[in-house]
Amino acid sequence: MDREIGFYDHEYGSKARSAKVYVDVRAVFTKDGQLRPTSIIWKDGTEYEIQAIKDVRRAASLRAGGAGLRYTCVIAGRESHLYYEDNNLWFVEEK
Amino acid sequence: MAGRTILHSDANCFYASVELLHHPELRGKPVAVGGDPEARHGIVLTADYVAKRCGVKTGMALWQARQACPEVVFLPPRMDLYLRFSHMAREIYAEYTDLQEPFGIDESWLDVTASASLKGDGMAIAEELRERMKRELGITVSVGVSFNKIFAKLGSDYKKPDAITGMREWEFREKAWPLPASDLLYVGRSTRAKLYKLGILTIGDLATAPEEVLHAHLGKMGSILWAFANGYDDSPVKAEGFHAPIKSIGNSTTSPRDLVNNEDVKIVLYLLAESVARRLRENGFRCRVVEVSVRDNDLFCFTRQRKLDYATNVTGEIAGEAFTLFVENYDWGKPIRSVGVRGSDLVTDNYWEQLDLFSSVERREKQMKVDAAVDEVRKRFGFFAVQRGLMHCDERLSHLDAREEHTVHPHGYFG
Repeated sequence: MDREIGFYDHEYGSKARSAKVYVDVRAVFTKDGQLRPTSIIWKDGTEYEIQAIKDVRRAASLRAGGAGLRYTCVIAGRESHLYYEDNNLWFVEEK
Repeated sequence: MAGRTILHSDANCFYASVELLHHPELRGKPVAVGGDPEARHGIVLTADYVAKRCGVKTGMALWQARQACPEVVFLPPRMDLYLRFSHMAREIYAEYTDLQEPFGIDESWLDVTASASLKGDGMAIAEELRERMKRELGITVSVGVSFNKIFAKLGSDYKKPDAITGMREWEFREKAWPLPASDLLYVGRSTRAKLYKLGILTIGDLATAPEEVLHAHLGKMGSILWAFANGYDDSPVKAEGFHAPIKSIGNSTTSPRDLVNNEDVKIVLYLLAESVARRLRENGFRCRVVEVSVRDNDLFCFTRQRKLDYATNVTGEIAGEAFTLFVENYDWGKPIRSVGVRGSDLVTDNYWEQLDLFSSVERREKQMKVDAAVDEVRKRFGFFAVQRGLMHCDERLSHLDAREEHTVHPHGYFG
């Protein structure tokens, strides 16, 4: 009977929607103990420099689906949110 | 203990909320977290509010949930994710007090009496917590604000989700007393039935009943419940990082198929005893009482226990005792769905013992060495690196690494 229950596939479900994108990040640990991302590498391999970090706080992203330390970054002149999850993965909200 | 400010924060539909945060595509749909797609013991651990409205309840078998709500989406549990969120929630609580006592994975009591001058009164702190949990973790909590733990918990149950309820000195009679007595912590099914016979239906009835009558019918628990109902609970919120002393170590499992004879039970009992004995050894304990619990496929269950002549953490001794207890107490009226083994009345490993003339000390020491060697091998190469011969009689039954499963059940309130 249980075979027909039909479980949701976490992986598949997450891929089906697109707002959460995990990215590679270059970052610096500053000498006063801060973790500061300096650039992100998009899935096509392009590296984007983080020109400024305007705010860092813990926040949830309802759109992408996740929570963590949220860096409000200026990338190519535009503000975007970069999240550092407690499992050490970085994600951004896809526009 | 006058003038305390105690909060109880309860994450609403915790597992389901964490999943919904991570699966935006499922929001607004009936969702239930639960079950194990591989094994057959599928029950609902948590349902979201949409599913609850269709009649899906915690503890339901998955097929029942499907019957109640055909569109329900079943999510296999991801315990590590929930533990991470639980941890993050506790970090937020810790900014308000070091007196934090978790009750299970999704609830905590906080004694914020000392924070009042800095952060505002209980209601203000509760409001800040509620807001922060939503903004920072993306989940909602309901918070009860009171002067003791019992009413704080009652408050967090009073209005859900994402709500705050005060149960303070001047309002608990009005708010708590009309509630059914069974809303009180520790009033379960059987206590409720006893209270019902005494004509006690609400918490107010309980509070205004003569304590002697309650004591006469319910014993010590009667007096405790009477005190709870009157707001006399003065149990402290235990400091962060404080763990109640371990009183027993146990393990139970629902087997992948029903157990139909002694041989089946023996395999599972030995497997469970392996985990229990290993945890006893890891924590430097021996037990002086072994207990078995049995649940048949009609969900009828019972437990039996026996005092041992020696305190032990030898796998073979615990398993053997558990099996003997089982054989003496089960007549195989029905197949068995789940069994458990527990060691209690713990003493420390170096507990001094009277030896007796007729048992072999050397033999026991050898067994202990064997256990230690097995522990070592398993630590290096994994649980299945060494197995008892018995385990090969039925590999489906024996292929459970009982120890690795998470324990998330609350410690007892009386710790």
